[in-house]
Amino acid sequence: MTILHTINKSPFQTTDLDSCLRHARKGSAILLIEDAVYAAMGNTGISERVGEALKNTNVYVLGPDLDARGLERERVVRGVEIVDYGGFVDLAVEHDHVQAWV
Amino acid sequence: MSADDGAEAANERTERNVKRFLFVNRKAPYGTIYALEALEVVLISAAFDQDVTLVFLDDGVCQLKKGQQTKETGMKNFSPTYRALEGYDIEKLYVEKESLEHRGLTADDLLVPVKVLTTEEIGALMDQQDIVISF
Repeated sequence: MTILHTINKSPFQTTDLDSCLRHARKGSAILLIEDAVYAAMGNTGISERVGEALKNTNVYVLGPDLDARGLERERVVRGVEIVDYGGFVDLAVEHDHVQAWV
Repeated sequence: MSADDGAEAANERTERNVKRFLFVNRKAPYGTIYALEALEVVLISAAFDQDVTLVFLDDGVCQLKKGQQTKETGMKNFSPTYRALEGYDIEKLYVEKESLEHRGLTADDLLVPVKVLTTEEIGALMDQQDIVISF
């Protein structure tokens, strides 16, 4: 049983990401969308936490939402994979279900 | 930063019916409507010739990030409006240092010239206003 977790809130404003990371089981996937894409950026107050999460889970970030916010793709934390809308659909299909941390 | 500017300036503002407005921007753009709505209100206040100051703190600093490209998301890119504020005589833009640092950003990442202030200094700026409106 594998889960795709989606997070859409800024990690600096809510505890959604933190709660998701505490609950996500080894081998599950986490997709950062909308304001959660700030969590994918390197050199922030939470980059280390995201780096830790990469040891047990696959972390993805939605490219178009990075672009909208002016977030440079080369500044994304190493190991976080950037996907497009098609990639979002693929992830949803590949996993047994999608859990949205809204 | 305009410190408390004394009785003379205060009298002049009273005569001209001008109040000191501070708009506090604390939300990231696009995820919610706050940032765009704040811009609308700021432009309206400028049309009434008020003394307008903008501060950006917490996720609000992300509103000023350079290089926003919204085409693929189908949303309107309103970031060029911040550059147009100068044309409406809105020139007092302040950004919180601690908020930038926590998000891995510096003043060089921003699309308009701003003055970077500490939390302490922004607190003092808030104290000097007639009206504070938060978004």
